[in-house]
Amino acid sequence: MAIPIQYSLRNLWTRRLTTAMTAAGLALVVFVFAAVLMLAHGLERTLVTTGEPDNVLVVRRSATSEVQSFLAREQTRTIATSQEISTGVDGAPLAGAETVAIINLPKRGTGRPSNVQIRGASPHAMTLRPQVKLVEGRMWRPGSSEVVVGRAVASRFQGAGLGETMRFALREWTVVGIFDAGGSAFDSEIWVDADQMMQAFRRTVFSSVLLRLRDPAEFDALKARLEADPRLTVDVRRETAYYGAQSEVMANFIRVLGLMVTVIFSLGAVIGAMITMYAAVANRTTEIGTMRALGFPRRAIWTAFVVEALALSAAGWLLGILAASGLQVVSISAMNFATFTEIAFRFILSPAIALQSLIFALVMGLFGGVLPAVRASRLGIVQALRMP
Amino acid sequence: MTSLRLIVRNAGRHKLRTALTMLGLAIAVLAFAILRTVVGAWYAGVEASQQNRLVTRNAVSLAFSLPLAYRDRIAQAPGVTGVSYGNWFGGVYLDEKHFFAQFAVDAPTWFRIFSEYHVPPDQMEAFSRERNAAVVGEKLAARYGWRLGDTVRLRGTFYPGDWDFVIRGLYTTTLKSADNTQFFFHWEALDQFVRRTLPDTAGQVGFYTFTIDRSREPADVSRAVDALFANSLAETLTETEREFQMGFVSMTEAILMAIQVISILIVGLILIVLANTMAMAARERVTEYAVLKTLGFSPGRIARLIMGESLLIAAAGGAVGVIAVFPIVRAFGAAVGSFFPVFELSLLTVAVAVGLALSSAIAAAAVPAWTVARTTIADGLRRVG
Repeated sequence: MAIPIQYSLRNLWTRRLTTAMTAAGLALVVFVFAAVLMLAHGLERTLVTTGEPDNVLVVRRSATSEVQSFLAREQTRTIATSQEISTGVDGAPLAGAETVAIINLPKRGTGRPSNVQIRGASPHAMTLRPQVKLVEGRMWRPGSSEVVVGRAVASRFQGAGLGETMRFALREWTVVGIFDAGGSAFDSEIWVDADQMMQAFRRTVFSSVLLRLRDPAEFDALKARLEADPRLTVDVRRETAYYGAQSEVMANFIRVLGLMVTVIFSLGAVIGAMITMYAAVANRTTEIGTMRALGFPRRAIWTAFVVEALALSAAGWLLGILAASGLQVVSISAMNFATFTEIAFRFILSPAIALQSLIFALVMGLFGGVLPAVRASRLGIVQALRMP
Repeated sequence: MTSLRLIVRNAGRHKLRTALTMLGLAIAVLAFAILRTVVGAWYAGVEASQQNRLVTRNAVSLAFSLPLAYRDRIAQAPGVTGVSYGNWFGGVYLDEKHFFAQFAVDAPTWFRIFSEYHVPPDQMEAFSRERNAAVVGEKLAARYGWRLGDTVRLRGTFYPGDWDFVIRGLYTTTLKSADNTQFFFHWEALDQFVRRTLPDTAGQVGFYTFTIDRSREPADVSRAVDALFANSLAETLTETEREFQMGFVSMTEAILMAIQVISILIVGLILIVLANTMAMAARERVTEYAVLKTLGFSPGRIARLIMGESLLIAAAGGAVGVIAVFPIVRAFGAAVGSFFPVFELSLLTVAVAVGLALSSAIAAAAVPAWTVARTTIADGLRRVG
C-alpha cells in the first residue's frame, strides 16, 4: 500500500517559505549548469552552422586555421581546376581562393581594440555560402576600397556601421554593405575584394581555397588526390569539419571550467535540500508514527519522503531552466582561442540541455532526500508516537 | 557570558543540521575562492607586467610582422635602454590539448629585458652555443617531466614541419605572478627555416619589446617610436606591457563576466542555506523565545542570540572552508595548468570569502531576529508549533 503522492506535495506547500528557499538554492545551481552548457552549445552551433556540408576547404598542411595558412597562386589554380568541383550558372567552377587576416579595431562603447577576421573574398564567396545574404547597402565595387561587414561586426566595432570608414593597411575603407550570415561565424567577419586586400597588405599568397563538390561522395577521392599531389602540401577538409574543430578548444574550456564549478556548487544545494528534508522528518515524527500504526509499510514512508525531495528538485529545475531560457536573448562575443579573433555567439537552449539539467536536478534532490527518508522509515512506531 | 553559552548550546541542539549548514558554507567559501582565483589567473599577465617595459607590434594586428631593421631604429629612440624581439611560434606538443606558449626570441637580449626570469649562467652558456637549444620554465618542465638534455618535438602550425629542440636551460621566476610555463628558443633557428621555405618573409619579427629609462614617460616614448614608422608599409603600435596584456584580457571579457556572475550567485546560495536554517530554528523556538521574554530577556537580546548563532555557524563553516581551500586550489591549479600558467590563491581572496560568509550570516539572521523580537509574549505562547 502506497502513500498518495498528494501527501508529499501538500507537505511542500504547507512549509512554503522553506520549500521556496530550498527550491531557489537548487534553481541557482540548475541555472548555472544549464547556462554553461548553453554557452558551449551556442558556440558550437555558431561554428558548425558556418560550414556547408558539400563545401570543401583546402589549407596548407598542419595549419589549424585559415590565418596560419599560405597557398601560392599556382597552388590555388591547381586546386581550383580539380574535376570534382561543381560548376556555377556561368559554367565556371565553383571554387575561390581567399586570403584571411586578422586586424585590430576599437570596439564601440569601450574603445578597447579587439581582433576581427578580415576575408579577401573570391567572386564566388556568396554563391558558395548561401547562408550569407546582403541585408543593407550593396556589394563592393571591384577595384575600390570598399568593404562589407557581418552584422555582429557592424554593431560591435567603431567605424563598421553602414557608410562609416575604418582605417587599416594605410587606407581608408568605406563600409558599403552589411550582410547577415544567419548566426554563423561569418557574422563576425569583414569581407573585402581579394585583389584589393592583397594589394593593400602587399601579400602575394592566398590563405585557402573553398570549393563546392559536384557530388559529396567524391570527397575522399579529391582529398586523396590533392594531399598526394607533390606540388601541394595541403590539408583537405569538409568545411563543416573545419569549423567544428575551431569550436573544440573553447567549448571544452567552457565546459571543463563550468562543470567543475557546478559540481562544487551543487554540493551546496544538496546540503540545502538535506537540511530541509531532515527538518521535514523531524517535524512530522508523530505523523509518521501514526501512518506506520495505520499499516503503511516502511517502504511507503521512504517513498513518500523521496518523492517529496524529488518534487522539490523538480520545482527548482523549473525555476532554474526558466531563468536560463531567458539568457537566450543575450548575445556575447569573446575571443576564440583557436582563431585568435572575436566571435559573436549566443546562449542556446536545446532539449538535450533541458533534459540533462532535469536529470542533474533530480540527482541532487535524490542525494539530498535519501538519507532523511531512510531516517523517517526507520522510526519505530512506539517511539515516534510517544514524541512530544 | 551566559548569552555566549546559550548561543553555543542553541547551535548544538540540531547537531546534524548545524553540521550540514557549516558544510554548505564551507563549500560555498571554497567555490567562491576558486572562482576569484580563476579571475586572478586571467589577470596574471597584467600583474606581472612592468611599467618601464613597452611592446611594439604591427599596427594592423599581432598576426602581422615587422622588419628586423626596426630593431636599431627603436634602440636609438630617446629613453630606450634595451631592445629584444620575438615571434609567436604556436607549435603543438603531442596534441592541441597540451597548450603552452612558445616564442622564438633573440636570446642574448631577451633574458636581459625580462630580468625576472632567471637562468643559471652555465645553462645560459650551453643554450647560446646551440642553435636548436631551448630554455623552458621549470613548471612546464615539471609538468612533462623534461630534464636538461631531453629532446622535445613540436609540430609547427605557422611554420610547418616537425621541430626538435634540446632543452639546455630551465628558468625560474622571482615574481609570483610571472609565467614559468613558457618555451623559448633561438630566433635565428626560426629565421633560417623561413629563409629556406618562404624567402620573401624572412627577417620578420613578430613583436619588439624594450625597456625605457624610468625617468621617461612611457606614453611619450611610445608616441616617439610609432612616429618613426608612421606611413611606412609596416606601421607600429607601441604600448606598455600592461596595456598589451590588458588587450588579451579584454578580448575574453565575456567569459570573465560570466565567472563573476557565478560568484555572485554563490553568495546567494550561502545566504539561502543559512537563511533556511535560521528560519527553521526560529520557527521551532517561537514558544521558547516567548518564555525567555517572560523571564525578562529584552527583544534586543533575543535578536542578538539569533544573530550570534548565525554568526557562529558561519564562522565555523568559513573556517572549515579556509582550511580546505589551500590544498584544493593547488589541485585545481594542476588540473587547469595548460589554461592558466599562473594559479595562485591570494590572501585577499580568502579574506573576502570569509567576510562574505559572515555578512550573509547577519543578513540571514535579520528576518527571523526581527520577527521574533516583534512577536508579543502572548502570541508566542499561543502559537502551536
